[in-house]
Amino acid sequence: MDRPIRVLVAKPGLDGHDRGAKVIARALRDAGMEVIYTGLRLTPDQIVQAALQEDVDVVALSILSGAHGHLLPKVVDKLKEEGIYDEVLVLGGGVIPEDDIPELKKAGVAEIFTPGTPTGVTIDFIKNNLKRSL
Amino acid sequence: MAGKEKMEQLKAAQQKWSEKTDESVQKRPERKETFVTGSNHEVERLYTPVDLEGMDYEEALGFPGEYPYTRGVQPNMYRGRFWTMRQYAGFATAEESNKRYKYLLDQGQTGLSVAFDLPTQIGYDSDHALSEGEVGKVGVAIDSLKDMEILFDGIPLDQVSTSMTINAPASVLLAMYIAVAEKQGVSPDKLTGTIQNDILKEYIARGTYIFPVEPSMRLITNIFEYCSEETPKWNTISISGYHIREAGSSAVQEVAFTLADGIAYVEAAIKAGLEVDKFAPRLSFFFNSHNDLLEEVAKFRAARRIWAKIMKDKFGAKNPKSMQLKFHTQTGGSTLTAQQPDNNIVRVAIQTLAAVLGGTQSLHTNSKDEAMALPTEDSVRVALRTQQIVAHESGVAETVDPLAGSYYVESLTNEIEEKAMEYIDRIVDMGGAPSAIEKGYIQKEIMDSAYEYQKQIESNERIVVGVNKFQTNEQPPQGLLRVDPTVGELQMKKIDELKEERDNDQVAQKLAELKKAAQTDQNLMPLILDAVKAYATLGEICGSLRDVFGEYQQTVVL
Repeated sequence: MDRPIRVLVAKPGLDGHDRGAKVIARALRDAGMEVIYTGLRLTPDQIVQAALQEDVDVVALSILSGAHGHLLPKVVDKLKEEGIYDEVLVLGGGVIPEDDIPELKKAGVAEIFTPGTPTGVTIDFIKNNLKRSL
Repeated sequence: MAGKEKMEQLKAAQQKWSEKTDESVQKRPERKETFVTGSNHEVERLYTPVDLEGMDYEEALGFPGEYPYTRGVQPNMYRGRFWTMRQYAGFATAEESNKRYKYLLDQGQTGLSVAFDLPTQIGYDSDHALSEGEVGKVGVAIDSLKDMEILFDGIPLDQVSTSMTINAPASVLLAMYIAVAEKQGVSPDKLTGTIQNDILKEYIARGTYIFPVEPSMRLITNIFEYCSEETPKWNTISISGYHIREAGSSAVQEVAFTLADGIAYVEAAIKAGLEVDKFAPRLSFFFNSHNDLLEEVAKFRAARRIWAKIMKDKFGAKNPKSMQLKFHTQTGGSTLTAQQPDNNIVRVAIQTLAAVLGGTQSLHTNSKDEAMALPTEDSVRVALRTQQIVAHESGVAETVDPLAGSYYVESLTNEIEEKAMEYIDRIVDMGGAPSAIEKGYIQKEIMDSAYEYQKQIESNERIVVGVNKFQTNEQPPQGLLRVDPTVGELQMKKIDELKEERDNDQVAQKLAELKKAAQTDQNLMPLILDAVKAYATLGEICGSLRDVFGEYQQTVVL
C-alpha cells in the first residue's frame, strides 16, 4: 500500500513572510500529504538536517526576501553533501523574478512557483515528479 | 413619535419592495446566491434607514475632530493640508538609498519612510553569518551611525518627517537618528517622524523579532518614557495592522488584533508607571488598504471609534489627543498580482481612494512591479502620482468624510465595530494580546482566513482579474530593479574600516555599561545613545542585549 508523501515546508534565511508557506503547507496536508513546517529563520544546514531527520520526499522552500539566489542553491548543495539530493525533490516559491528561475533550476531546484500559482498546480507537480517511489 | 411612525411605514414599504424584488429575482437570478465583502461579510441587496434605526448621530459619529472621531481626527481634514505622501523606500547601501530619497523629495513627496534590510531589522551586522545573501535586499543596510550619517546626508532633519520601519532594534535606530540630527545642529525636540516599534505584530505576522516578550515590552516603554521628555513631536510607535492583513486576516481581524496590541502597549506603559495622557498622544497606527473600497472606508472609521472609546472608558484618558487614532496607510501588497502587472496601478488607485475616504494621515502607494521585485524609479513615480491625482483631481479631499451617512457604509462601520469588539473582548479574556499570541490563537485565526481566501480563489468563488479569470499569455516583465550583489562585501569592508578607526576601548566600555543597565530596570535609551555615538555597531548593541535578554522562541502554528 502507498504511504503518504512527506513534505518539509521551510523558510530559509531571515524572511518573516510566512503566509505562502503556511497556505501551501495546509493545502498539501489537505491533499493527503504529511507536512512538517519548520517555522522561521532556518539556515540551509538546519533545513537539510530537518529533511534528514524527517525522511521527507520533498523540500519546499518559501522565500520573499530576494535572497533566493543565494540560499536555494545552498540547500541543494547541502542535500548533495548529505547524499540525499537524489531522493528529495526541491521546490521553491515566493517573490522570485522570472529571469532568476533558469539559474535556480540549473542549480538543482526542480520548479519555482510564483505568486498566483494555484495550490493544485504545486500538488500535481509533486505527485508527478517525486524522486523516490512511495 | 412621528419619527417612529415613519420608521414603521418605511419598514412596511421595504418589506413590500423586498417581496416584489424576490419574485423578479426568481425569474432572473442574481449573479450569486450570496454576496460578500472582501472579508466575507454578507452584503444585503439594499441598505436603508431601517439598518441604522436607533443610531444617534452625535453619539455614533459626532463632528470631525471631536469624540468619538468616527469622521476624522481633524476638524477640517484635507481642506487644511493633504495627507503626507510617504513612499517606503530603501535598498542596498546608505549611499544608494540617500539618492532615492532625494529623488522622491524632488518629485513632491512630503515625508521619508525608511526600509531597512533584514539583518538590520533583526539586529545583525552585515558581516554576521546569518546576514549572508540578505544584505541590502529588502531595504538599506545600516551597521553603525556612520551609515546613518550617509543615509540622511544633505537632508535637513528639522524639515522632513521620517518614518522608520524598525521594530526589535527600534531604540538603536532612533538613537542613531537623534545622533545624526545633533551633528546637523538639530535638537531632538524638533524631530518629527515615527518608529514602528511594534513588536507584538512581529510575533504575530512579520517575523523580525529578537528578544522575548517581556524585555521587548520594556524597551518599548523605555522609548515611550524617553521620547515624552526628549522628542515630544516623535511618534513612539506605529501599532500595525498592515502586516496582520498581509498575512491573510480579514478587515475585522485587522482592526481587532491591532487594537488588542494597542491595549497591551498602553497597559505595559501604565504598569511601568507612565501617565496615560503623557504617552498616549504619541501612539500612532498603521493600516492596510485593500480592494473592497467601502468595507475599507468603514474599517478605518470603525477603528477610530473603537480606539476613542477604549482610551476614554478603559484607560480614563482625558487629553483628546490620547483618544485620537491617527494612522498611516499602505496599499495592500498581497493584492498585487505578478500577472498583468499594469492592472496593479488600478488596484492601487482604488486602495488610495479607500485610504483617503477613510481619513488617513499619511499614505504609501505600492508600485505595480512589487509582486516581483523592489520597484523601479519609474514605477514608484506612477504610484506617487496616483496619490497626487486623488488629492488634486478626484474631488474626494474637498469635504470631510464624504461617505458618512451612506446607509451601507454606516451599517458596515457598525458591524465591523461590533465584530472587532467581540474579538477584543475574547483576547482580553485570554489575558491580553501577548498571551493570545503565545497560545497561537491570533496566528491561527489569521491563517484560517488566509486559507479560506486561497480556497475561494481556487474554486473561482472569488475572481482576481488576470489570475483566475481574464488571463493572457504574457512575456516576463523586463527592467526589474536588481540590488547590486556586491553590497554585502561593501558593507563588510565598511565595518572593518570602522573598527580600525573608532576608539574600541570606549566602545567596549559603553557596551559593558549597557549590559549592566539591562539587568536593572533603568531606562536603556540614554545608554544606547551613548553606545551609538561611540560608533558601536547595531550588531554589537543588539548582541549585548541578546546576552542579557535571550531570544524569542516562535510559537509555530499551522
